[in-house]
Amino acid sequence: MTLPDLEVDSLVKRFADHSAVDDLSFTVERGSFFSILGPSGCGKTTLLRMIAGFIAPDRGDIRIGGRSMQAVAPNRRPVNMVFQQLALFPMMSVGENVAFGLARRGMGKEERGRRAAAMLERVSLAGAAHKRVDELSGGQRQRVAIARSLVLEPTLLLLDEPLGALDLKLREHMKIELKQLQAAFGTTFVYITHDQSEALVLSDHVAVMNRGRFEQRGTPQDLYYQPATAFVAGFVGANNRIAGRVVSSLGETAEVATAQGWHVHARKSGAVALGAAVEAFVRPEIAVLERDAALLPREHPHHAGAVQSLLFDGANSAVLLTEEVSRFEFRVALPQTGRFADLKVGERIFFSFDPARAICFAAGDAAPT
Amino acid sequence: MASTPAQRLWQRRLALTLLLAPALLWLFALIVVPHIDLALLSFRARSAPRHYQPSLNQYRTFFTEPLYWHIFVRTALLSAAATALTLVIAFPIAWVITKVAQGRASALLFVVCLIPFWVSETVRALGWLILLRESGVLPALLVKLGITAVPVELLYHDATILTGLVYTSLLFMVVPLVSSLESLDNSLIEAAYDLGANGFAILRDIVIPHAAPGITAGCIVVFMLTLGNYLTPNLLGGKNSQWFTELIYTQFIVRFNWEQGAAFGFLLLALSTSMVALGLRLSGQRFVDVMRRS
Repeated sequence: MTLPDLEVDSLVKRFADHSAVDDLSFTVERGSFFSILGPSGCGKTTLLRMIAGFIAPDRGDIRIGGRSMQAVAPNRRPVNMVFQQLALFPMMSVGENVAFGLARRGMGKEERGRRAAAMLERVSLAGAAHKRVDELSGGQRQRVAIARSLVLEPTLLLLDEPLGALDLKLREHMKIELKQLQAAFGTTFVYITHDQSEALVLSDHVAVMNRGRFEQRGTPQDLYYQPATAFVAGFVGANNRIAGRVVSSLGETAEVATAQGWHVHARKSGAVALGAAVEAFVRPEIAVLERDAALLPREHPHHAGAVQSLLFDGANSAVLLTEEVSRFEFRVALPQTGRFADLKVGERIFFSFDPARAICFAAGDAAPT
Repeated sequence: MASTPAQRLWQRRLALTLLLAPALLWLFALIVVPHIDLALLSFRARSAPRHYQPSLNQYRTFFTEPLYWHIFVRTALLSAAATALTLVIAFPIAWVITKVAQGRASALLFVVCLIPFWVSETVRALGWLILLRESGVLPALLVKLGITAVPVELLYHDATILTGLVYTSLLFMVVPLVSSLESLDNSLIEAAYDLGANGFAILRDIVIPHAAPGITAGCIVVFMLTLGNYLTPNLLGGKNSQWFTELIYTQFIVRFNWEQGAAFGFLLLALSTSMVALGLRLSGQRFVDVMRRS
């Protein structure tokens, strides 16, 4: 068992009227890819800047590689950061950018030139050392920013939404590249983002952050299939959120009735009392569609609705239904087989889902939009 | 009535010409023509009343008379010193305005720099006289504090002239510096800090290279203003000031020797042009870039 690379211990940072980081403790294992996922204003940037040393915490301690970082200035921490806007130095060549940190350590010109070139080769930018920064494409700049940090062999690499400024296509591509780079270098990455897809694709572990606290920590699969709070269920992945009251309870499952009188069944999470206000979450892909109600799985409750709109998005296509009883807008993923490609708006259709795969939480938790 | 493309092009050219006309007229009538006249003036000598012939006499006088030489070099050196001093004082001010102060405080600081310039240069120089003369405020204060036994004359020293010149030029250095530092992304400073740089390395490798066009523009403006300043050296330096512009004034107004005055004027122009060219060469920049980016 190796020592964790990053240990955060009861960290607190308050700004004038609110807690940006509220008594947070966690560890990040050596060599892992750890993401902090949260909406803007949840305190994730403050947390990252405290780890980098740009902000001093009010209370608590940060240990990197087992060493306390109290009173250690950013330029002396074994941590490097990839900035949101990358912050490459426009007044220097690509090679000088990469060699900048080595020069600050007093390394000779020849040696740092050699190391910078070797590092550029590892990020597939061999021979780019003499180019100007503005001659590079967005993806290449990204790699220079990472190379500039990794050449210093930091214990920890912090990444502050580095993909945010890229267009969609390049972002998808860079996701894969980042994951491969991390695997190749074996450096511990701490990545913050508000994009749940980035966090799920890239990470070994994800922490979902809200109002200065972690709502849940776990593998991407845990967060997706076993959300611990309503916030996580709503924030990670697509979900139908159904608010109502518990009218009956059978073992693990609760029957929830909405104000309009629609009854759905979902697995209970935590203490959910009879009559309590709850929120049920049903993922679009667990629901099955049938034109004939008799063909739906017999053991699950059946529902009916009218097609409101078709949301074609290739493999992510879905249909938006209006549930018959409550007029509730319910999203169902379309099967990949193309079976329902001929659905028409206004058509009546039946659907059902496994209550064990849906989940409900006591209401009152913060709801992301 | 629809106009043909050729007509439209012609109309656009006419509009452009008309818009530029006042500026071109001003440039030509008030700058180019007088300079040509002065150039002709400086290269002639009077052989008889109302009779002139081409001559290099005026320039020869300058090179053979040590006093003129001395004043010329002294003016150049003091101007360079005043420019350097202004830069050293203005840089921290511009830094505080752009990077330290926030919002209203930043705007307020800028206004504080600007306020002295609401008053004319003459009045400001006279203000210095009140403060620094032997019977003035500062000598009296020095006596009261026991630093000097009797009031000392603080006027008419080179240091006094420098102080006045720096004070007069400060805004012209602060403005280009503020605009070039404002465009410096704070995350570049943080990134350098994060990569292990200390304050000095950040200043040398990030801030100064970024602000170089602003620094150069400020230095050019301040150097030219200082070199061509007449009032401040004259009032604060008195008879000891020995500023080159005073020589020109004397030749034109006191001696009525326009030929000599014109030659001196051209020598001053040559000096400022060559110093600016030298400065640009040393800092590896192009004049057009500096003027555009600042």
